[in-house]
Amino acid sequence: MTNSIEIKDLKLSFGAVTVLEDLNLEVGQGEFLVLLGSSGCGKSTLLNCIAGLLDVTDGEIHIQGQNVTWEEPSRRGIGMVFQSYALYPQMTVEGNLTFGLKNARVPKDEIAKRIARAAEVLQIEPLLKRKPGALSGGQRQRVAIGRALVRDVDVFLFDEPLSNLDAKLRADLRVEIKRLHQTLKNTMIYVTHDQVEAMTLADRIAIMRGGQIMQLAHPSEIYNRPVNKYVAGFIGSPAMNFMEGQLDGGAQRFDTGRGLEFSVQGYEFVGPPTTGPVWLGLRPEHVQSGKWAEDQPVQMEALVDMVEPMGSDTQVWAKVNGQELRFRMDGQEAVDIGDRIPIGFDPARLSLFDKSTENRL
Amino acid sequence: MTAAVTTPRGARPKNPFAPRNIMLYGALIIFSIYYLLPLYVMLVTSLKDMAEIRVGNIFSPPVEITFQPWVKAWSEACTGINCDGLSRGFGNSVRILIPSLILSVSVAALTGYVLACWRFRGSEVFFGILLLGAFIPYQVLLYPLVIILREMGLFGSLWGLVLVHTVFAMPINVLLFRNYFVALPEELFKAARVDGAGFWGIFFRIVIPMSLPIFVVSGIIQVTGIWNDFLFGVVYTRPENYPMTVQLNNIVNSVQGVKEYNVNMAATMLTGLVPLAVYFFSGRLFVRGIAAGAVKG
Amino acid sequence: MSSARRVRDGARPPIRLLRNLSSKIAAIPMVLVGLGVFVGGTLWTVLHSFTDSRLLPRLNWVGLDQYERLWSTRRWLVSIENLAVYGIVSLVLTMCLGFFLAALLDRKIRYEDTFRTIFLYPFALSFIVTGLVWQWILNPEFGIQAIIRGLGFQNFNFDPLYNPDLVIIGLLIAGLWQGTGLIMVIMLAGLRGIDEDIWKATRVDGIPIWKTYIIVIIPMMKPVFVTALVLVTSGIVKLYDLVVAMTAGGPGIASEVPAKYVYDTLFTRQNLGQGFAASTMMLVTVAIILIPWAYMQFREKRQ
Ligand SMILES: Nc1ncnc2c1ncn2[C@@H]1O[C@H](COP(=O)(O)OP(=O)(O)OP(=O)(O)O)[C@@H](O)[C@H]1O
Ligand SMILES: [Mg+2]
Repeated sequence: MTNSIEIKDLKLSFGAVTVLEDLNLEVGQGEFLVLLGSSGCGKSTLLNCIAGLLDVTDGEIHIQGQNVTWEEPSRRGIGMVFQSYALYPQMTVEGNLTFGLKNARVPKDEIAKRIARAAEVLQIEPLLKRKPGALSGGQRQRVAIGRALVRDVDVFLFDEPLSNLDAKLRADLRVEIKRLHQTLKNTMIYVTHDQVEAMTLADRIAIMRGGQIMQLAHPSEIYNRPVNKYVAGFIGSPAMNFMEGQLDGGAQRFDTGRGLEFSVQGYEFVGPPTTGPVWLGLRPEHVQSGKWAEDQPVQMEALVDMVEPMGSDTQVWAKVNGQELRFRMDGQEAVDIGDRIPIGFDPARLSLFDKSTENRL
Repeated sequence: MTAAVTTPRGARPKNPFAPRNIMLYGALIIFSIYYLLPLYVMLVTSLKDMAEIRVGNIFSPPVEITFQPWVKAWSEACTGINCDGLSRGFGNSVRILIPSLILSVSVAALTGYVLACWRFRGSEVFFGILLLGAFIPYQVLLYPLVIILREMGLFGSLWGLVLVHTVFAMPINVLLFRNYFVALPEELFKAARVDGAGFWGIFFRIVIPMSLPIFVVSGIIQVTGIWNDFLFGVVYTRPENYPMTVQLNNIVNSVQGVKEYNVNMAATMLTGLVPLAVYFFSGRLFVRGIAAGAVKG
Repeated sequence: MSSARRVRDGARPPIRLLRNLSSKIAAIPMVLVGLGVFVGGTLWTVLHSFTDSRLLPRLNWVGLDQYERLWSTRRWLVSIENLAVYGIVSLVLTMCLGFFLAALLDRKIRYEDTFRTIFLYPFALSFIVTGLVWQWILNPEFGIQAIIRGLGFQNFNFDPLYNPDLVIIGLLIAGLWQGTGLIMVIMLAGLRGIDEDIWKATRVDGIPIWKTYIIVIIPMMKPVFVTALVLVTSGIVKLYDLVVAMTAGGPGIASEVPAKYVYDTLFTRQNLGQGFAASTMMLVTVAIILIPWAYMQFREKRQ
């Protein structure tokens, strides 16, 4: 089975500024791919290249096995949903949905059939006669999705479709998009800078930075085995703890050089263990404390600096032998500034990065 | 087989001579000619002598460049009563422009400041009346203003005209200033008042230093507006005080004597130079200015 | 002593009229201009249009006599007709041309700034300058007509300024030259205000560009069009300088306009009552155009 989308050696420059370079990407049939990255890293640019809204500088784009590098957006077999909805304000919802189809001279009964289906899937039947001005943000975004839906295409492109909505609506629509994907089984490429959206929706996530894809993998893989320090720090909230230090590959021990030293036995190295300066990453939620620390392979004592009770859990800033460490405790545990508490963790859940290349060891 | 050509790669091939581009740039160039033609004709005509004009066509460049028409237009052309050229009109226009500019911009800025920051009961009503004034055809107010100026003993003098310019400048410029001042952060005024600054203190030390752009915009509207005015000049001044536009019209459209087209065009160019200079030097600000002034005409 | 202090302390409210005294003093010019000139002057003119004032204004009522005389004066009828023809044609052409030029400039062209500067510079020039230049270009002996005849078309005739039937065309050529740049700038600002994503959406939908303009973009720019409309209209009513410079109302009375009728009646023919009646009619014209617009603005704000 061919891939749904293949991007080969893509390069895009605006004059002297190169935004994307040597980008290769393959998206399988029916896959939900999320492009995740900080602002300005080129996510929208990549999406616009796939849609044909930007002319690429070099490289090829294939959709459903066809080379569409020079094809018009409307003839690439894609549908697109925009952050600002981009609905035509003076047309009714129905007008918005049918405008492109009428223009492409799709037969009337076929249009009616597609509208009916889209309206049913998205539950916008009661809105069809209204204008976008009279809709709420969530309803507008549903109509915008509907406009892509009626095009009856294989590939859907979403550019931060939920970022103009408030938190609750966002969560609701996120679930709906996921359900939509399960019903339609289309290929979807979804741009966001919200990691929750990325983790919950994606079959695979592509983490982008500076116009390049840093890691392309299943969400759990990205969370558990980030390929470099940037990805490790980008994913996860609160962010991963990083410690600077020296790794002894033979003895499999880590030493900050400032009084904290422990074994990393159990860590799965990518290659053969090496010796040298490294970054060690430890997720706050992987640190156990109190009585749960007892059965952890690595144990130490932490001095509590600051406490942030959040209800369900409590975030603790602490110092371990001069090393700053943030971790989470059960919200019911009593903890105070100045307390000394035992903590522990499993080296299998650590991440080790080379100090100079910042790549995973 | 030419299979190699059929795998698209890289940028879509662009044809600079695609019909679309030819139409686009073709239209732009044709319109540019329409807009540039008068400037060109004006310039070449003013540099020819009359003999050449009579035999040649108006679009051909001068065979022999002469600045005589410019000299004549400036210092010798006759307006019917006297023959000292446009220089007198230029002087009058400058003497009208400077006080009108200062007075109209200051009054408008101060009024805008009152309306934005020191509203009192009824101030909005007066503002509404003022804005309505922008839509009253000048002809309705011409005679009442004659009477007012006559009562004040200013009719026919330069100062009368200055006052008229100030009056008719108020609606647009007050609106500009008011809208600009309203958008300044309100905390600033509160802080200044807490610090003990009063009406004038806030105006001079806080508002004015923060409002240079709007002063420039209003200044541009006023310079071109006052310089280009014709109607008020004819109505409210005596012939010896006529501004440049009125004098220009008298020179060109005077029925006596032989028509000297080259002198006429030199005079026309001379009159257009000031606003053109403002336009070319202030560029984007000019666009902003007229767009802002135009928001309600 | 102590009672004076207490007043300053704010125990008793200060006299209302004196509060914000400086701001009220600073508002005096506005009040004088608004009430004294705009309202007072308008009422004065309207009032005196019902009198038989000739050389000097006087309150000798004659009812609607001046208006009856006005509407039976050929010169006024010609003026009104000219204004209507010039107004409608100029309005339509200015809007179309302004939008067309703005759309051209909005197509991400090269040298956009240069073209914009070229289209707009005439707006910096006065109507007098505009009128005189075009008078020269349209001069039948030396201008366009002469040149085209020189090319061998001996029968070519284009002398709008000397032909009563064509003179409005001459005025239009010059008026459009001066005024379209402004409308173009306003339309361009409107086009730039349209969400980039709308254009992307129409490309994904496969809508041709011309259709996008007509069906999507122009309806979205309604407020800009309304502003431009009001602007052009109020400019048209003021049409005076251009006529004076270009044709002085001629040939004959073929290019008279109301503003010129008012001026001539007031200041050269010294028939004040008649001039006031004519200027009142101009005011009525503006009101007829403006009131629906103001009503629309008001309704939009309420929504
Ligand atoms: N037309 C343009 N000309 C020049 N540079 C551009 C242009 N459009 C985008 N860029 C640059 O390209 C880079 C990538 O932009 P892009 O819009 O793809 O970012 P993004 O990842 O979508 O960010 P965001 O999350 O803020 O939407 C940015 O640095 C931006 O400044
Ligand atoms: Mg983006």
